[in-house]
Amino acid sequence: MALLEIRNLTKHFFRLSALSGVSLSVEPGELLGVIGPNGSGKTTLFNCVTGVLAPSGGHVLIRGEDITGRSPDIVYQRGVARTFQLIQLFPEMTVLENMLVAAQERTGTLLSRLVRREETRETARARELLEFLGIARLEDNLASNLSYGQQKLLDFGMALMPDPQLILLDEPMAGVNPTMIKNLMGHILELNGRGYTFVVIEHNMEVVMSLCRRIVVLSQGERIAEGTPAEIADNPLVLDAYFGR
Amino acid sequence: MGDFVQLTIAGVSIGAIYAMTAIGFVLLWQTSNTINFAQGEFVVLPAFAMVLFFVILRFPFVAAVLATVIVSTLLLGIGVKELLVTRLLKMGVLPLVIATIGLSLLIRYSLQQFWTPLALPFPAIFSREPIRLGTVIVSLEEIGNILFAAVVIGALQLFITRTKLGRAMQAVAQNRALASVLGINVGRLVTITFMLNAALTALAAILIAPVYLVKYDIGVSLGLKAFYAAIIGGFNQIRGALLGGLLVGVVETLSAAYISSHFRDAFALVILIAVLLLKPEGIWGVKEEWA
Amino acid sequence: MARGRWPLVAVLALGLLLPLVLDQYKLYVLSLTLVYVILAIGLNLTLGYAGQISLCHAAFMAFGSYAVAILGQHGVPFEAGLALGVVLAFGWGLVLGFPALQVKHHYLAMVTLGFNIIVFLVLRNWESLTGGSFGISSVARPAWGPFSFKSDRAFYYYILAWAAIVVASAYWILHSRWGRAFRAIRENEMRAEVVGVSLRNYKLMAFAIGAAYAGTGGALFAPLLGYIDPGAFTLDRSIQFLMMVVLGGLGRFEGPLIGALVVTVLPEVLRGSEGLYLIIYALSVILMMLFMPKGLVGLWDLVWRFSKSATSPSTSSASPR
Repeated sequence: MALLEIRNLTKHFFRLSALSGVSLSVEPGELLGVIGPNGSGKTTLFNCVTGVLAPSGGHVLIRGEDITGRSPDIVYQRGVARTFQLIQLFPEMTVLENMLVAAQERTGTLLSRLVRREETRETARARELLEFLGIARLEDNLASNLSYGQQKLLDFGMALMPDPQLILLDEPMAGVNPTMIKNLMGHILELNGRGYTFVVIEHNMEVVMSLCRRIVVLSQGERIAEGTPAEIADNPLVLDAYFGR
Repeated sequence: MGDFVQLTIAGVSIGAIYAMTAIGFVLLWQTSNTINFAQGEFVVLPAFAMVLFFVILRFPFVAAVLATVIVSTLLLGIGVKELLVTRLLKMGVLPLVIATIGLSLLIRYSLQQFWTPLALPFPAIFSREPIRLGTVIVSLEEIGNILFAAVVIGALQLFITRTKLGRAMQAVAQNRALASVLGINVGRLVTITFMLNAALTALAAILIAPVYLVKYDIGVSLGLKAFYAAIIGGFNQIRGALLGGLLVGVVETLSAAYISSHFRDAFALVILIAVLLLKPEGIWGVKEEWA
Repeated sequence: MARGRWPLVAVLALGLLLPLVLDQYKLYVLSLTLVYVILAIGLNLTLGYAGQISLCHAAFMAFGSYAVAILGQHGVPFEAGLALGVVLAFGWGLVLGFPALQVKHHYLAMVTLGFNIIVFLVLRNWESLTGGSFGISSVARPAWGPFSFKSDRAFYYYILAWAAIVVASAYWILHSRWGRAFRAIRENEMRAEVVGVSLRNYKLMAFAIGAAYAGTGGALFAPLLGYIDPGAFTLDRSIQFLMMVVLGGLGRFEGPLIGALVVTVLPEVLRGSEGLYLIIYALSVILMMLFMPKGLVGLWDLVWRFSKSATSPSTSSASPR
């Protein structure tokens, strides 16, 4: 059964059609790339999957369960985590606190979160992840005091905290220096090797081509191609979408 | 029936003054995210200025009006903007809100302490003699207020829709960041909006002085009515504030006449609840998609 | 959180000993300050921690005051009146929470403002229940069997006990996962939702709990004054609480304590200057906002950091809560 299945997804904003009948599926353990020129609907796709936007039509299924239009916190409970193109953190909270927020709503009930104080397990996991990402020493710093690259890593770390089934990365390499890119790619590959499923939106072609085994191409809200990196590179439709018009 | 019409006209007359106050309030909110809790006092101060110029110094009427508007624009327009708003707006909405609260207290109690705690009488600008229009009796003052307010509001509307500056104000109200990128000097525009508001409240003061008597604490209920008007009429449109102000005036006048003092506020209450439940952005307000 | 604890203990000690030396009027001011602390803590939770604009705090307060006053007229014990007031306030807090889910910030300000006006108008017009504009006089103070809290000093300690309960419970709530969820919502609502924070649940709770604290304060307010009328619950009053919370320091635990103290005691301290005191007070408010927009708690932080660096070599960069 596919981990993520998107069927005929459509999204209108007034008269603007951001997504038209997009379908794709993601198998567990995959590392799928989503590419396309600006405005092709990639982030809108992520927003519809995670519940930030309600689709105008179509369905989103996680392991067969229809979660179309459910609110983001419900989608999160189903094991879907994401990062953002424009980094979204909690600026006045420390790095550790940012990580803990990402962990706390995954388990328990509203009431238990009031009563239970114990956080050793979550804190240990947060520290482990921060260590893995190389920013453990920044634990007590305010998120707003971090450099851009460090914020990217924190964003990534938050996505990993709840041990998600599916991780959606929205342009993780945007604005990042080459060393950090290699760094991040290494992390993604290692985690994918451990069984985490990724869907990655990227503009950086080198990254996508070397990271992903399968790529989906969007243009103007429609899916125009799918295949291995080699197939995509040769596809005239893809070249047309990027360089044509 | 004639009674009802008379009362409605009286209501519209006082409502026009409320509308002017509410419109300035909404303008400030729209262009600079300022909730001006001192709006009532922005009317009281020029009212006192008018007493100074017209009654004490015996300026001719037009000169007194001009002097009042200029003083108001300088102090409450440019003064408040440069000294308070520029610095505080960067910190978010709340510090400025608290500062305007402080400002309202400052103006109110300074007037009480340094001028007088007593109510000062103000001569009627228009004659209070009744005129008969068909079966209805109104006073020249009521007609005068309505016409004056109509001219002012009409002029404002023209300014905003037809002039370059006015359209820049609209742009800033809709999307500050974008307006700035398009080359509009947002800071200067905010100053102009504050000046406009100060002029509006000064003009409202001139109309209200003969009706209410000039006293240091009349700003409290005036400010509250401006909020109420903006809430029910529509907080993000000038015509919302206009409708709100007129409604407040009419409901107030009719309620006072027809409903016994026990339930006097019932009407106002029902309207408020209805608006908040059914159309929280106000009767003529516009629902904003993204703030 | 060791840092926060000992000053609170010191304040508590002060609170226990002061009334023994104060005259009646000063004791009244201190009692009133404590009541306002309770109210300010509630608003700080809703607005300071969860970031939800509430301009109707006085309305929630009114539920407490009138519940106690009206039930007291029928001989119902004070604590029952307080309980009812808190339940009513909590309930209406939930109701107000719903618009918070739908509308953007400034509309929420208007909706809550409107609610305050509505409650005020209802209080003023429903004469058979509330006594209308005249209000209710001789509100009874609590009594446990033969022991009565009628004396000013006894009632002060009663209020102090409730204040301690409120402070302790607020501390408990805000240092739980709920506190972190509230802060996440305040800092970045969208991100919070995407990491699983249910905006609906937490916003409703922020409003309801803040309102419940307001109801508690209101219940203590009525017998302190001895009488209540609708004029005590106008928009002006809600704005007063807003001032306390912002002046003290939004979203900081000590904020409402400092703010309530300043807003209540400062005018009294200035009273000596004859008539000018309100003007000086107003100027102080404006200056405080210009120079300390994050609240007076910033001064407290400075003192703390100064004393810490004087006694230990290293300082942590952790954000105070």
